[in-house]
Amino acid sequence: MPNKLYADAAAALEGVVFDGMTIMSGGFGLCGIPEKLIAALKASGTKNITAISNNAGVDGFGLGLLLETRQISKMIASYVGENKEFERQYLAGELQLEFNPQGTLAERIRAGGAGIPGFYTKVGVGTLVAEGKDVKSFGDEGYILETGLVADVALVKAWKADPYGNLVFRKTARNFNPVMATAGKVTIAEVEELVEAGALDPDAIHTPGVYVQRMFVGKDYEKRIEQRTVRTRDAA
Amino acid sequence: MAWNRDEQAARAARELQDGFYVNLGIGMPTLVANHIAPGIDITLQSENGMLGMGPFPYEDEIDADLINAGKQTITELRRSSYFSSAESFAMIRGGHIDLSILGAMEVAENGDLANWMIPGKMVKGMGGAMDLVAGVKRIIVLMEHNSKAGEAKFKTTCTLPLTGKNVVDMVISDLCVLARPAKGEAFRLVELAPGVSLEELRGKTEGAFEA
Repeated sequence: MPNKLYADAAAALEGVVFDGMTIMSGGFGLCGIPEKLIAALKASGTKNITAISNNAGVDGFGLGLLLETRQISKMIASYVGENKEFERQYLAGELQLEFNPQGTLAERIRAGGAGIPGFYTKVGVGTLVAEGKDVKSFGDEGYILETGLVADVALVKAWKADPYGNLVFRKTARNFNPVMATAGKVTIAEVEELVEAGALDPDAIHTPGVYVQRMFVGKDYEKRIEQRTVRTRDAA
Repeated sequence: MAWNRDEQAARAARELQDGFYVNLGIGMPTLVANHIAPGIDITLQSENGMLGMGPFPYEDEIDADLINAGKQTITELRRSSYFSSAESFAMIRGGHIDLSILGAMEVAENGDLANWMIPGKMVKGMGGAMDLVAGVKRIIVLMEHNSKAGEAKFKTTCTLPLTGKNVVDMVISDLCVLARPAKGEAFRLVELAPGVSLEELRGKTEGAFEA
């Protein structure tokens, strides 16, 4: 079996990044983002990137790092509300932006990874999202045509991997990561822990290793929290 | 007296039925979870990939890998399950979620909903709102009856870009409850908040409803 394991994020990106490339980047908000790969992509200086990601990070973290350095020229996302630099670049016309409904975005990625070039959905019918798209009736309802998405490189973050690239995600850090793993021409997984072959229950693997070409173990995860909400223990 | 936000949320909670799978939007709708009646068992869906959303964690339980769609730290329950974003929206789009309670900028008398963008202002994106209104079986809107500028938010037609056409089943405002028995039918007045007269409501409402 070819070795999928690389030393670190920079090594894992070597030879697969180029100016004008399309990336997918997993995560929801800052939860489950490939924080090491994003930092390494920044260091690589790759420019004119189209980034497909549910969100755009925050100022100074996540994809916000690549916006600060103007490495991203187009975003395909569903919600970008947490990023001032994003807003500034967008309003100044420096950044292209395509909004997709979140489930449509997820399904476009799923379709891309599953070899499905397009699908009809009722989401967005009669809204700005439907403009310019083919409409077809099924029964008595209209549906719009959405296309599958693929990326030159998909960057995903998992909890555990085995040497074969089988991945397990943790709690809501799963989100877009497993679907994006299927839709990269090259998929790179950063993981918190590499376990021995056989240590993962084959029935409990979220992403089978066939989708993962490269991986590495990330160290010292920051895992920033956007909204730290707690309850207090009442004195009974 | 009109209802306050908590009373509106409590009124919305009366629409929850035992066994429902429910998605609550960000803002006032999240308050509905505080008013679920005893004996009514509800499973909350969070569209970032969780069923069985628990309460906020104690300080020593905070887990960065466990958040809701508002990016708030939460906890899991014995019933919880996790899944990908594609799976999450398959259950939303596929009609498996019983009820979603959302906020709104405008609702039209034909059930159109606008709650995601104001032209000329920075647009943050629709997130999962369009998917929810297109796929969830029943849509309840929780909103102020009038905007801060005093304009009616239940309108003849929406002036803002739509989130969905003909999607709203019930509106619970601080003044009243409006509902329609089926999509495509007219809204009817179900209930007035205490101390609100029909005359006052008509004066503060633009869209048509049956009294």
